[in-house]
Amino acid sequence: MIRIANGQGFWGDWLEAPVRLIEQGPIDYLCLDYLAEVTMSILQKQKQTEPHLGYARDFPPLIGRIAKQMLDRNVRVIANAGGVNPVACAEAVRKLAPELKVAVVLGDDVFARVDEFLAKGYSMADMDTGQPLSTIRDRILSANAYIGAFPLAEALATGAHVVIAGRSTDTALALAPMVHRFGWSDTDWNKLAAGTIAGHIIECGAQCTGGNCQVDWQHIPKMAEIGYPIVEAEPDGSFVVTKHPVAGGRVHADIVKEQLLYELGDPKNYITPDCVADFTTIQIADVGPDRVRVSGIEGRERPATLKLSISYENGWKSIGTLVYSWPQAFEKAQAADKIVRGRLCKLGLEFEEIYTEFLGVNACHGPVAQPCPDPPEVQLRIGVRGQDRRAVDRFTRELIPLVLNGPPGATGFGDGRPPVREIVAYWSALVPREEIRTTVEVLG
Amino acid sequence: MKVPLSAIAHTRSGDKGDTSNIGVIAYDARHYPVLVREVTADRLKAYFGELVKGKVERFELPNLGALNFLLHEALGGGGTVSLRVDAQGKTFGAALLRLEIEISE
Repeated sequence: MIRIANGQGFWGDWLEAPVRLIEQGPIDYLCLDYLAEVTMSILQKQKQTEPHLGYARDFPPLIGRIAKQMLDRNVRVIANAGGVNPVACAEAVRKLAPELKVAVVLGDDVFARVDEFLAKGYSMADMDTGQPLSTIRDRILSANAYIGAFPLAEALATGAHVVIAGRSTDTALALAPMVHRFGWSDTDWNKLAAGTIAGHIIECGAQCTGGNCQVDWQHIPKMAEIGYPIVEAEPDGSFVVTKHPVAGGRVHADIVKEQLLYELGDPKNYITPDCVADFTTIQIADVGPDRVRVSGIEGRERPATLKLSISYENGWKSIGTLVYSWPQAFEKAQAADKIVRGRLCKLGLEFEEIYTEFLGVNACHGPVAQPCPDPPEVQLRIGVRGQDRRAVDRFTRELIPLVLNGPPGATGFGDGRPPVREIVAYWSALVPREEIRTTVEVLG
Repeated sequence: MKVPLSAIAHTRSGDKGDTSNIGVIAYDARHYPVLVREVTADRLKAYFGELVKGKVERFELPNLGALNFLLHEALGGGGTVSLRVDAQGKTFGAALLRLEIEISE
């Protein structure tokens, strides 16, 4: 049995979580998932202005902080912290933790190969809309292939203490040590599916140990000290989801089920670079306090294609808010919205969308929200987006004047004009698997 | 007897681009057939009204006593494009808890 923990569900997750996973009990592998769909584009922008950046900057200081315990307790780290510059990330880690051997997985970054792919006749049509990539070719900021567990397992085989990847899948981080330690082959579909589902359960950190959980949430123990998840993986593909006993939170079948369904599409066809996992084969049972056993998982052959994560510039947006208080708070906010829209229209400004929400009335649930007559306060939230930056910028100057020249009792404008933000949008497409060749480089 | 969905099930929701997914899980596996009968794709489409511009798909996971729904074109473009406060559909699952369903006493 090996213990695989996940101490980071996204870049921005709790900084203490990975440290506590190492300090509070035994683990063998510590996974850290830093990449959301649009993170790569943000990192690409950083690299354009600062060539030595482009990776998750929280990562090297974390490794510096836990390096000694990693060696003392024989814990190895697997992270997709490399972003668009995994080598620079590895060098930064080596500077702060020179005693550690670091392996980098390369080959996911295909930004420089987009035209080569187009010339080969791959349309790289958007998987959601079907539009060909040529429609946004000149606006592309980054392009990376999702890579699976086998390149990461190859990096573990070098004996490195830290394995850094770019755009690996979230689930591959947890599957890689199982492939490495149990010697699973790349056609062990059921086992690969089991490890993939273990990865899916822990990839969002505390979401499987009591965080963001509806079941009895008021009584989840010590939420301020919540423990991040640990998978106790067996060579046959079965595993137990648990946490360190001293940590807060709760691991229960209901909670693990919630996470199994999180961001799930067709449950029979969970497609990864390693296999296709079937969520309808999962058997799940509580087998002790904070221990949930998962078994019976079946999978099928991996696809002949790999998915690309492409980001591109798609205009500008700004979102501003004002608060109106009782009495008639909702009516005042509605009147203010009409005034802003009227003024924008008179200025002849064009937007792709103007979207208004009334927080405290129905912003989250729309028509499903229960009516609440004359609420104590309502936040007006207006957003605009479009390709013309000047129009969006002008919008930011039309909201605050309402404090003096609109309906009475507006407040909550303390930060002044809302910022204008560039929209970096996400595009997913497929290319033949054989186009992506990964390599492993070892530092130290 | 009519009860809100929250009496027999819990939910979790999230996003994939402009699509929101809602997992609906029976507290007691014996109530799974009630979910299958009462919580249909058509009912969700009508329930969420203008929030969901596209179609609603339903998938069954009898092994978990659960259903999974995909609500297409439901997040104002999704991701970084969306202007919605809940651009990831994180609260859609909670909204569904109020759905009225028929159970035998």
